Parts: sequence; C-alpha cells; structure tokens
Amino acid sequence: MNPMRRTFLKGTGAAGTVAVAIAAGLLKPSQVLAAEWPKAAFESKNVADALKGIGASGPADSKDITIKAPDIAENGAVVPVEIFSKIPGTTSIAILADKNANPLVADFDLSNGTEGYISTRIKMGQTAHVHAVVKAGGKSYTASKEVKVTIGGCGG
Amino acid sequence: MAEPMKIRATMAGDTADIKCLMNHVMETGQRKDAKTGQLIPAHFIQHVTATVAGKTVLEAQWGVAIAKNPFLGFRVKGAKAGDKVEIKWEDNKGDKNSAEAVIA
Repeated sequence: MNPMRRTFLKGTGAAGTVAVAIAAGLLKPSQVLAAEWPKAAFESKNVADALKGIGASGPADSKDITIKAPDIAENGAVVPVEIFSKIPGTTSIAILADKNANPLVADFDLSNGTEGYISTRIKMGQTAHVHAVVKAGGKSYTASKEVKVTIGGCGG
Repeated sequence: MAEPMKIRATMAGDTADIKCLMNHVMETGQRKDAKTGQLIPAHFIQHVTATVAGKTVLEAQWGVAIAKNPFLGFRVKGAKAGDKVEIKWEDNKGDKNSAEAVIA
C-alpha cells in the first residue's frame, strides 16, 4: 500500500469536514480564514508580491518606523531585528528581507494594547535590506535598513 | 518533540515587556543533508498566538526565515502585574506547544 495515497485520502476527508461545518454554520468563514497561513505571501519570490499577499501593497515611506539591526551580521542564520513603530494605531508589523528566496519573514498582528514594537531574530541568505511594513488605520507604511551579511563569520 | 519554552514578563511603567524563547529547529526546506544530498523537508513554526489576561494581544504568521530556536519580544500597554501571559505556537507539521507565565 502506498502511504502517500492514504495521507492524501485522509487529507481530503478532513477538508470535506471543514466544508460541511461551514455549510452547517458551525464555523464562520472568517474564523477559518484567521487561522489560515498566508501560503502565497510566504512563497512569493519578490517583495511586491509578498506585500500584495498580506494586503499591504504600495506602502508609503515613513520616518516613524525605526529598524534596529546590526550594520554587519557575521552570521546570517541569526540576525537580531527590532522594529519600533511610532505610528498611532499600529495594527500589524511585517518583516521582510529582500534578497531571501522568499522575502516575507513574518507578519505580526497586534491588538488589545500591544505597542508598535517587535523584537525577534531572523535568517538572511545574503546582504540585503530588511524592510518593516506597518499597517495602521487601513494604510501601510514602510522603512528599510541594509544589513551586510559576511559569509564565513570572519567579520568585515 | 516539543521542548519547554521560556517566557519572561516584567512591568516597565504601565507597559509589560514580554520576552519568549521557543525551542524549534526552524528547518527551511532549502538545506541539503550532507550525507544523502537530499533536501531536508521544511519544518517551522507557522502560527504564534499570545494572550494577556485572556485577551489576544499578538497573532503572528511566520515563514521559514525566523531563526532557529525563535526569540520573540513585544510590549503590551495596560497590562498589570499578576496578569497571566500565555503563548502558543503551531508548526507546519501540526506540532503544538504552549507556555504560561505571570507578569512580575
């Protein structure tokens, strides 16, 4: 027996159950969507497509966004990045690294008093600009910072 | 699979500073196994949800480019010392983990 085929059949069965649940009104479609990972956005090969995928096309440059990241990262596998947004009503912050195979790194939705601040560590394949894209009041804003990645970890 | 995760939450003025360390391989699906030459399948955290005192404060979607053993820091205004912080994640293979802490 082919195990892949079994998995496939199980998968279709599960998807069918969700469809039935929606039809029966057990699950609101919005709830299902909220739980869905935006595959197209994460698999896009360029920044413009990735932004379209998260609903933030054509963001305006903003000086109210600060990106704190090293000028030179000796290890591209761990690049600390902090994003500060002083834009009032910041509802989401996305992080992109434009030379990565898939530029979109992460998208954070903030609610119930969470400030416009995110700190994390990302991977970068090569020297690139790190972009922060902030959504506030239905508009999107962006800022970027170049991070040089030295392969081999010997420093500048 | 899921090893413990660490949360530290402290008040700074009227804002809670929450930091979280998770244990995860965060495999990109682009690396090759040195012995077999086969691509190592992607295995990474896709969803992270954080609540403070039962209210959702952060929902994140992650790609493969978050570093291994992810770190996440954020700040919540209006939280109080003693509030419970809960952080959960789920990866692309359906593995889940969660942890709780109290804001100090």
